Amino acid sequence: MASSSQTPVSNVGGRLGAVQKWIDDRFPLTKLWQEQASQYYAPKSMNFWYYFGSLAMLVLVIQLLTGLFLTMSYKPSSAEAFSSVEYIMRDVDWGWLIRYMHSTGASAFFIVVYLHMFRALLYGSYQKPRELVWIFGMLLYLCLMGEAFFGYLLPWGNMSYWGAQVIVSLFGAIPVVGDSLTEWIRGDYYISDVTLNRFFALHVIALPLALVFLTIAHLMALHEVGSNNPDGVDIKKVKGPDGIPLDGITFHPYYTVKDMVGVGVFLILFSLVIFFAPTMGGYFLEHANFEPANALQTPPHIAPVWYFTPYYAILRSVPNKGLGAALMGVAVLLFVFLPWLDRGKVKSIRYRGPLFKFFLFSFAISFICLGYLGMQPPTPTYTMASRVFATVYFAFFLLMPWYTSIDKTKPVPTRVTYHAH
Amino acid sequence: MRIDQKILVVLAVLAAPLGAFAAEEGHFDKAMNDVGNRASLQRGARNFVNYCLGCHTAKYVRYNRVAADLGLTEVQLKDNLMFTADSPHETMKNGINPDDAKKWFGVVPPDLSLIARARTPDYLYTFLRSFYVDPAKANGTNNLALPGTAMPHVLWELQGLQEAVWEGEMDKAGNAQKHFKEFKLATPGKLKPEEYDAFVRDTVNFLDYIGEPVQLQRQSLGYKVIAFLAFFTLLAYALKKEYWKDVK
Repeated sequence: MASSSQTPVSNVGGRLGAVQKWIDDRFPLTKLWQEQASQYYAPKSMNFWYYFGSLAMLVLVIQLLTGLFLTMSYKPSSAEAFSSVEYIMRDVDWGWLIRYMHSTGASAFFIVVYLHMFRALLYGSYQKPRELVWIFGMLLYLCLMGEAFFGYLLPWGNMSYWGAQVIVSLFGAIPVVGDSLTEWIRGDYYISDVTLNRFFALHVIALPLALVFLTIAHLMALHEVGSNNPDGVDIKKVKGPDGIPLDGITFHPYYTVKDMVGVGVFLILFSLVIFFAPTMGGYFLEHANFEPANALQTPPHIAPVWYFTPYYAILRSVPNKGLGAALMGVAVLLFVFLPWLDRGKVKSIRYRGPLFKFFLFSFAISFICLGYLGMQPPTPTYTMASRVFATVYFAFFLLMPWYTSIDKTKPVPTRVTYHAH
Repeated sequence: MRIDQKILVVLAVLAAPLGAFAAEEGHFDKAMNDVGNRASLQRGARNFVNYCLGCHTAKYVRYNRVAADLGLTEVQLKDNLMFTADSPHETMKNGINPDDAKKWFGVVPPDLSLIARARTPDYLYTFLRSFYVDPAKANGTNNLALPGTAMPHVLWELQGLQEAVWEGEMDKAGNAQKHFKEFKLATPGKLKPEEYDAFVRDTVNFLDYIGEPVQLQRQSLGYKVIAFLAFFTLLAYALKKEYWKDVK
């Protein structure tokens, strides 16, 4: 890595330079900064799709900070949770803003993560040598799903309650241990104060810790092997006399300033939601969740929040509950195996053949349509449509070894495609 | 177009029908209320404490917040709105024992702090105008928007009593299929129909406001935040341009 070209460790003079040296003698501060940013060489051709990694980190920080402040006023008990959220919304200074940032942040997290994952599919970022980057990413995605699920119970609205009821009961479909398992998860015979308390613990300690550590692992693995690019070429193959990749530029300052633009645009969109449509017409904050949890009255129509609905549609498309739950689990886990399912000789969509393009876009369409169908009541037509799209969804993964190995690919250049602006 | 741009366009086109689907829900009359209309909110607050607060509560709503947001002095607040509270710091509660309420109505009347967020203003506007005479009901009225509701037509003196006109025929199995056609005013009330609609609109407006009091300030802050972010983004873009000049 960059450590081969050791530049003077400090170019800061005077007192500050002395402080830096004092630290560097005891802790690899400058070394870390150089390895991870100022001398980390990223391909100069990273495009629009490469904004979502840094944006996911931004949203993680937003969620950690707003979550911290919410925790100061929130009360994790079934008697007080709902009221404490309204107290935050009405009586806590800026509480409404912190809460809306957190609730909008949850949806924003999934939007940027889904786009980030789609980027990996477009440019083959999961392929060798980035399998571990991808696996850490998938573990992050699983933790994020858990984090969102546990967090959704905390406002103790009626949709929180019944959503948790439905999802937890899915574990009951597991043979033999199912019923004991659901009881163990809930800590009770039904979703109760005990469940709320443990979901709170998991939401504010366990999963955030896992998310932070996995993010670090994800980035370390990425910076070890180097970033992919829209051409899917290895920039380390063509180096200058100084050992620096000819198509590489340092992450800092080039991508830090570029990502700053992405941050600005993202925050504008984020603020549009927070200040002008915080419930997003019932998609980010659902109507039924403005009524307190009521164990005796189900909401007229139970559906998970939009980011889970593709999987929910797959679950409902199977008449057998156990099989549906299993299929839903498989649908999520299949992503993990992508590096080994893909037998393609090229990484990027730019040089892939028509078969891969066809399957990838069919998959993207299916994912969006399943997401829509998962929000709707299960009419026979919708269920049939869900089955069709679910089949396409699984075909993308399961037929991948076949269509990627026979696909007609185009020759990959040795250098990245880049037009200076 | 490069392939990456094509992908974006394709995704945008694919996502477009979702918006059209989303519109299919509920068939309620449009409330057309405006939380920015302070006079309407003040009238709505008066209606609320006079006609709703007797049985319902708004236990998350503080009187002094309402006064501040609606531009009322403490004297105006105490004289016009605070009938069931001693201090302006209190929230909007009533004196009914929930057990008694349950005995009288069959259910405890729900708290209305968040009713507009849970059910939408359009639903409330429709509900309060959809009571009709139904001798089968113990309290003499039923409601088209919430059939079988335990709530009596509290506003009958204002609206009068209306009858529902049904049209329908026997279906093949011999069951009467009734479809609602229209309401017919049987006994006129104190208010003309347009006046009653306006009365309900003001009341719903107030319910909309108490569902999220900060909505009165939220948007104006939003414009400032976005103006700042637009400026920040421009600066960041200029900085990016400057740095990236070296990248050939």
